[in-house]
Amino acid sequence: MKAKILNPKSILLLILFVILAAVTLTPFLSIFLASLRPGREIMRQGISLNIDLSIMSFDNYAYLFSGETMYFTWFKNSVLITSVQSVLTLIVSAFVGYGFAMYEFKFKNLLFMCVLFIMMIPMEIIMLPLYQLIINLKLIDSIWGIILPFVASPLPIFFFRQYLSGIPKDFLDAARVDGCSEYGIFARIIAPLMKPAFASMGIFVGMNSWNNFLWPLIVLNSNDKLTLTIGLNTLISPYRNNYDVLIAGAVFSVIPIIILFLFFQKYFIAGMTAGGIKG
Amino acid sequence: MSLMKRMKSLAYSQKLAPFVFISPFIIVFLLFFIYPVISTVIMSFQRVLPGQTEFIGFTNFKNLFNGDFYKAVTNSVIYTVITIAVLIPVPLILAVFLDSRMMVFKNFFRSVFFIPALVSIVVAGFTFRLIFGEMPTALLNSILANFGIEATKWLGGAAQWTTFLALLLLCCWRWTGVNILYYLSGLQSIPGELYESAAIDGADAFQRLRHITVPLLRPVTIYILTISIYGGMSMFLESFMLFAGNRSPGGSGLTIIGYLYRHGWEQANIGYGSAIGLVMLIVTLGVNVIQLKASGMFKKEG
Repeated sequence: MKAKILNPKSILLLILFVILAAVTLTPFLSIFLASLRPGREIMRQGISLNIDLSIMSFDNYAYLFSGETMYFTWFKNSVLITSVQSVLTLIVSAFVGYGFAMYEFKFKNLLFMCVLFIMMIPMEIIMLPLYQLIINLKLIDSIWGIILPFVASPLPIFFFRQYLSGIPKDFLDAARVDGCSEYGIFARIIAPLMKPAFASMGIFVGMNSWNNFLWPLIVLNSNDKLTLTIGLNTLISPYRNNYDVLIAGAVFSVIPIIILFLFFQKYFIAGMTAGGIKG
Repeated sequence: MSLMKRMKSLAYSQKLAPFVFISPFIIVFLLFFIYPVISTVIMSFQRVLPGQTEFIGFTNFKNLFNGDFYKAVTNSVIYTVITIAVLIPVPLILAVFLDSRMMVFKNFFRSVFFIPALVSIVVAGFTFRLIFGEMPTALLNSILANFGIEATKWLGGAAQWTTFLALLLLCCWRWTGVNILYYLSGLQSIPGELYESAAIDGADAFQRLRHITVPLLRPVTIYILTISIYGGMSMFLESFMLFAGNRSPGGSGLTIIGYLYRHGWEQANIGYGSAIGLVMLIVTLGVNVIQLKASGMFKKEG
């Protein structure tokens, strides 16, 4: 290591990357510092890197945890929706991905093309009729309205199919000879093999669900059912000072993800870059 | 009872099993995708009012020829082109640096650049709104003040480029790290001997980058190009959060989806909203087919 650092080119590179890393982290630092200042100050001055210990305190966080705000109701809702959506989406998408990876059947290529196409269509395009459909199905203002339309999710299907296509099909025939049903093979033999793939996609689906904004904003309307992102958004108002809860709440919503990331980096990275994997 | 049994054995047969496996996708695809697409097509030819709908032919499509829609399309296209122009070469170079033998603390920097991608657009958007605040004490203005630059109204000010700059910086902040990871994984698949033999032949670092690295990373570049076109043309929430709503002064942050949202939701003009959605659907499908053809996807699957 020491020999490397002495190299002038290494030092130049290191300086460049330290500057870039500092720029990347500045928004985090500034919003964290802002969360320690009274909301009135933020309204008047915006956020900055100034540290003024005389006005800084953890009061905003104390207020957040005091139970006087809706914050923890939203936090619980987000945890619930993220958990249910991740588990359901993983199971359903693994099921579908397995079907595409392991069998030959009529219209397989056409159907797989459909998976690729919906992956590339922005959901906002069909938002209006989808909303009307959710009303007709009586799923409005319910977590099922958020989850069901996206339960067979194209990227996880694609990822699981790629992951499974490496498994030799003779493997399945051996199990069939032993009297295992098609679904038994999936549940007892294949699913346990997919643990790393589940971890990557679990993080991908979970993070998208935790951060999801537009569709839950449309589906949910009672204040006690809102998720964190939508709840925080309701606090953004030019006419009232909600900055105490807003900024501390925003920081606190990011912290769990960053902690998870530091522990499970490998899976985060595999999940986030899954689309780029070519089979 | 015997019918149930027969149904059960049919579902368990090896012939039908694949369709059982993919049935959730087929149901979701038909119910939550094809049906809404058909509704979009029908409604785009209608004036949709509560309790009464009326066929109005191509009127909704004719109404698309107006200044606001041009503005939205222009903004989306410029945004897409600039993000591609930045978010392909910069992450490529940074990935090459990170991968080089001279680099130290590789994993640390890789993680740092990735962290912004973990943050929701709501949090990222209002953080940037506060950073780009117009008060002289807001972060960017206070930093620039050290260089003697006057406080600027960055968002929705007189000059449109400042709004665009904020949008672009937000986008680059969030996605540079992800694209670096794509390129890093691509770089792992380039055999080291190629560089060694090129070095023996007297190729300098720039020549090696140009003639070995860039061509061999082409599949990754095509992939990033595809997702960047998708992300750029459907950009909406970045602008929505940066301006705390869908109203940017002078339409400086108006995008195609923002235009759809304004007419379809805020003004509840569902027929017109559907026409906008349909046009965008056709354009996206066209771009995708060209893209998939160019990258050889059809050949591989067929």
